[in-house]
Amino acid sequence: MDEVLLRSLTPNVLTVLVRRGADFAAAEDAVQDALVEALRVWAADPPRDAKGWLVTVAWRKFLDTTRADAARRRREDRVEEEPAPGTAPAMDDTLQLYFLCAHPSLTPASAVALTLRAVGGLSTRQIAEAYLVPEATMAQRISRAKRTVSGVRFDRPGDVATVLRVLYLVFNEGYSGDVDLAAEAIRLTRQLAARIDHPEVAGLLALMLLHHARRAARTASDGSLVPLAEQDRGRWDTTLIAEGVGILQAALARDRLGEFQAQAAIAALHADAPTAGETDWVQIVEWYDELTRLTGSPVVRLNRAVAVGEADGPRAGLAALAALDASLPRHAAVAAYLHERDGDLATAARLYAEAAHKAPNLAERDHLTRQAARLNARRGR
Amino acid sequence: MAKYLLLKHYRGAPAAVNDVPMDQWSPEEISAHVQYMNDFAAGLEKTGEFVDGQALAPEGAWVRYDGEGRPPVTDGPFAETKDLIAGWMIIDVDSYERAVELAGELSAAPGAGGKPIHEWLEVRPFLAEPPTITE
Repeated sequence: MDEVLLRSLTPNVLTVLVRRGADFAAAEDAVQDALVEALRVWAADPPRDAKGWLVTVAWRKFLDTTRADAARRRREDRVEEEPAPGTAPAMDDTLQLYFLCAHPSLTPASAVALTLRAVGGLSTRQIAEAYLVPEATMAQRISRAKRTVSGVRFDRPGDVATVLRVLYLVFNEGYSGDVDLAAEAIRLTRQLAARIDHPEVAGLLALMLLHHARRAARTASDGSLVPLAEQDRGRWDTTLIAEGVGILQAALARDRLGEFQAQAAIAALHADAPTAGETDWVQIVEWYDELTRLTGSPVVRLNRAVAVGEADGPRAGLAALAALDASLPRHAAVAAYLHERDGDLATAARLYAEAAHKAPNLAERDHLTRQAARLNARRGR
Repeated sequence: MAKYLLLKHYRGAPAAVNDVPMDQWSPEEISAHVQYMNDFAAGLEKTGEFVDGQALAPEGAWVRYDGEGRPPVTDGPFAETKDLIAGWMIIDVDSYERAVELAGELSAAPGAGGKPIHEWLEVRPFLAEPPTITE
């Protein structure tokens, strides 16, 4: 049985239960129980109507756990009046579910966990493994998140930007475990894009696809990082690139630019270059200018300095860098790279070592240490 | 989301405000301290921020490889070792500010006289996985 297919039914089933009057938290637990049950029995005895089966089982589980007899009788009366599962339009409800799980009252970590469970259909154990925390901790994080949103009306549109931030986090800060969080983020963003016509949703989807296309080339067999310029472009997934570029172009044509579209445009320009040397850095700088205008983010300005260094030479890049706060994450790494390009190997080696010391992750630290070592060896120490 | 190590030292940290060795506390003060630590960990579980907590024995040995076919060399414990880890707590939180807030709360654990120890705790970020989108 296809677990992803099964999980893709989660939001539909959950919203049917909520529409029947179940409260969100209890309905969500019931759907999880039904998913576990499905995984257990479907292999031997697959139902003809998968969604109908899940609704029936989840509803029964919900009733089983609803303690108060009077309340239970009322709900059982109501279930008799329900239309057959699957006949009611569920599109908008699924969208509401995205909004609810990314509600601004939730912390980012809680919104991510709740989205993965209630929209993605992942189990608490899978989410806990993915984020390297104990299952008990993740269970508490999720039930707390459910309590936080318990008073939120289910029928009001939310802010799509909050949903996009959550999906971006799932994609970009995914860890390990048996669930591929990047693929899961793409699946959830696709599902969202199918339900809402919004250029930034398309922009985020394009951004994810364009980065996912490079995944195989991004790490060497020993797990070390391969920088963009050194990646084997033959290993980039051209199907994903074509899809990402197509989605992006359609979004840009709407003329409602946003930060995800601009980021995707930069990724598309990289994807478009047959070799690193043929990258259109002038256009990339222009997109970074757009991004700076849209976000005002100093991290964007830092990346822009790299692009300026490629487009107009390392001196220009260093000049752009000089205007930025040296305490920015990765500032030393960028400075090291530009100084190396400028021929100042001693300064570059020193800055690479400094950048390695400040690196926020192991792969980056190892990479930067190697850069420093390479330059030191070349300089004959 | 980021993981931080809250590190408690037997030795090596700057002196606490309420710096009375634990063996000079009253039994009730020790119980109150232990209870505070347990409640703190339980609170972190409830907020979905707890990852791990462990205590270490004060005495250990130094070990190193001594060449092919030879057993590892052990030495110590050395009384003069300046830095001695007592234990740790690992938390998974939304921000550095939250990590500092929690460390401050942990440092308020009661000691002698039932007053907060104001002990210095070390807060160290974990090196995480690299993000996918960097350019």
